[in-house]
Amino acid sequence: MSRLAKQLNLPPLPRALSPILRYRALGFPYRAPSTPRGVAPAPKTINRGADYDAGWARKYPARLARAAIVDGPMRLAVSGLAAPDRRGQDRLASLQGPAIFAANHHSHLDTPLLLTSIPEPWRHQILVGAAADYFFGTRLTSALSSLVIGAIPIERSRVSRRSADQAADLVAQGWSLLLFPEGGRSPDGWGQPFRGGAAYLAQKSGKPVVPIHIEGTGRILRKGKSLPRPSTTSVTFGRPLRPSQDENTVRFAARIEAEVSALADEASSDWYRARIRAHAGATPQLTGPSTGAWRRAWALGDRSRRARQRTRRWPNL
Amino acid sequence: MPSDPRRKAPRPGFVLDVDKSTPPILFHHGEQFRLEKLPADRSRVIYPAEPLPGLKDPDEAIREALLNPINEDPLPALLWPGMKLTIAFDDLSLPLPSMRQPDIRQRIIEQVLDMAAAAAVDDVHLIAALALHRRMTEAEFRHALGDRIYDAFAPQQTLYNHDAEDHDGMVELGLTRHDEQVTMNRRAAESDLLIYVNLNIVSMDGGWKSTATGLSDYKGVRHHHNVATMQNSKSFMDRHSSELHHSNWRQGEVIKAHGPRIFQIETTINNNTFGYDGPLSVLQKREWEWSARDRATFIGMKNALDVTPSAARRKIFQAWEAPYELTSVQAGEVEAVHQQTLENVFAQHIVPVEGQTDVLTFGLPYICPYNVNSVMNPILVMCLGLGYFFNLYRGKPLVREGGVVIMSHPTPWEFHPVHHPSYIDFFEQVLGDTTDPIEIEKRYEEQFAYDEWYIHLYRNSYAYHGVHPFYMWYWGAHALQWLGRVIVVGGDPRSVRRLGFQPASTMQDALEMAGDVVGPDPSITHFHNPPILMADVT
Repeated sequence: MSRLAKQLNLPPLPRALSPILRYRALGFPYRAPSTPRGVAPAPKTINRGADYDAGWARKYPARLARAAIVDGPMRLAVSGLAAPDRRGQDRLASLQGPAIFAANHHSHLDTPLLLTSIPEPWRHQILVGAAADYFFGTRLTSALSSLVIGAIPIERSRVSRRSADQAADLVAQGWSLLLFPEGGRSPDGWGQPFRGGAAYLAQKSGKPVVPIHIEGTGRILRKGKSLPRPSTTSVTFGRPLRPSQDENTVRFAARIEAEVSALADEASSDWYRARIRAHAGATPQLTGPSTGAWRRAWALGDRSRRARQRTRRWPNL
Repeated sequence: MPSDPRRKAPRPGFVLDVDKSTPPILFHHGEQFRLEKLPADRSRVIYPAEPLPGLKDPDEAIREALLNPINEDPLPALLWPGMKLTIAFDDLSLPLPSMRQPDIRQRIIEQVLDMAAAAAVDDVHLIAALALHRRMTEAEFRHALGDRIYDAFAPQQTLYNHDAEDHDGMVELGLTRHDEQVTMNRRAAESDLLIYVNLNIVSMDGGWKSTATGLSDYKGVRHHHNVATMQNSKSFMDRHSSELHHSNWRQGEVIKAHGPRIFQIETTINNNTFGYDGPLSVLQKREWEWSARDRATFIGMKNALDVTPSAARRKIFQAWEAPYELTSVQAGEVEAVHQQTLENVFAQHIVPVEGQTDVLTFGLPYICPYNVNSVMNPILVMCLGLGYFFNLYRGKPLVREGGVVIMSHPTPWEFHPVHHPSYIDFFEQVLGDTTDPIEIEKRYEEQFAYDEWYIHLYRNSYAYHGVHPFYMWYWGAHALQWLGRVIVVGGDPRSVRRLGFQPASTMQDALEMAGDVVGPDPSITHFHNPPILMADVT
């Protein structure tokens, strides 16, 4: 008898009319079966983390909703916060079919920035490799990540090929992928060494990797911050890369990292100087100098093109 | 720019004999269109070939051309640290209309520069080889070369427009065996290697004309940009029958002997001017193949254009970027490269035609090489019709000697004051006096060529050189000498009469007026261009 019924002094319902009791009275198959004694119970399926099934987010209604979010509020927010300067999209002119987009990673803003920067026809046929332990921690974050950015869970704390194989299947089905091969956001503003995921996927699926360099998102919302501070950013697309026949995953991953470093150099100086340094093997490393923390922070300085090209208001007299 | 899979087996150009069931034929009419019913049983229409398939991987084709050039060492072998490298390229007059990004010049120059970067070449200059054309703006540079190249070179002032009036910046290389002066941009002439990046839209372009004209000045250009040369170029689209090209080739001999080492890169594009789909695709289809959708698009477009102010119409058309595809790229020694280029251009453009005609009709479009992002003034109408369209033949002209050309264009009395200042004076002053090219050349050319104000505008503003309208007039000199009458349908009567032509309100009127010259019931040929075609007349 419910508390309300007791307060109102209502008489109890006859047993035959109680819906809960009537439901309890229903047996299998209307109710879950019980496990016989002496039999090990079946393991519970955990629909989160690396096991989360985001298939529903690749169905048409969810894609439509995602397209509306990306081209609506997300684009607006990115324009307001990041004022992106997008370069090199013409390098994708000859690219056909799905591709793996690999970018350096500074901030949570990187994904929205790239989803609004990657041109058609890839923009609305793309999935984002997201850390299974972070974005898929609960049912709610899993569902939101899958819906809003088209996230798929990628293992980063365990050595496992499972999520990579799943991603390769999706690429084979015609989906492009956006990956951050550094495996997480930059802790100090410098890049981290690239892991082999994007290279492995490219070799497994035969699809090209498009290197992308992002600059400036760390100033807006770096790791550890929760409130964004508007600033300017740049996104530079590189030429699609394919693994050569004698190139293993490690070497190809290194080449992708080198290409992103060259794009970083291009974004902070100019294309031709960057190419000369790239050919001479003198491109500045994304990962920064191997020195102590303060010297790394000091060396970081202001690497944006805008800061470097700032002209003096008054000439030297 | 990958090849469009819908066009694996394009149909060649052909000649249609008009009968009673032939639908009205499309005529371009500036920033408008006309549909004209041509008389049955004595008219024919020459249709261009459908677009050839583009190269599947243009970047790889470019790389292949640079690494395996014709009669020349691979490009990386010609580059070394400390060298002086100059890259010259065709200006905004090519292609027409401008192509969608990335432009072919960007694709090529990026690969060239990447090889130069690998060889640690620091001293690189990029020069728009525009001869006496107007300077390119920053936006036009960015469109042709891309932001990467512009941002890397323009701030250091190593990407710039050729200046034919900078006397310190020009050098005289010598005289040809016909005593023609050969001049060249000093930076290009004194380079260890000059790489020329060309874009061939018609067979007139490329070869020695690229460097001998594009990097020259009035002193060098006047030897072939004159009335006698143009009247003896039959036609200037056929290099072997063109006095214009013979003169350029003679200048090429001097450049070869006394100028820099040249690595020529030439490219050809297909006829995909208006796209396979989209609002303008109907202009690329044969009239009887227009679907209900095409017809609806055309009707909607035509009616909308009828009520659109001319400035807005111009903006709409000038904003169109053609989805051209690269059909070939060849690099190496100038003449060997150009020979291959010509074969590839002709593969797209040539349409065999039997016999000449009494009356030739053209529908002139909104653009010619000299009004990109600008106004098509009456002098350019003349140049496009009697210069370019008339000369798109090999063998003999499409129209018989003494025949009539009927052109369709609104021909407004309108000029772009920044781009074409000397054209205004040429139209008002010179054509008001005489339309005879020989007289004009004799009495007025030098006055305009050496005018300080025009020189100032050419160097510091975005104006064509003072002498440029004369060349436009000379471009039509062969046609003026050949034809019995020129009629313009739908043109502003005042401008048409100033040009020395006859205005007509309708095509029917124009055909009747033509009958006065060539007799009753004349044979009529319509030149269905653009997309571009070239008649091989036998």
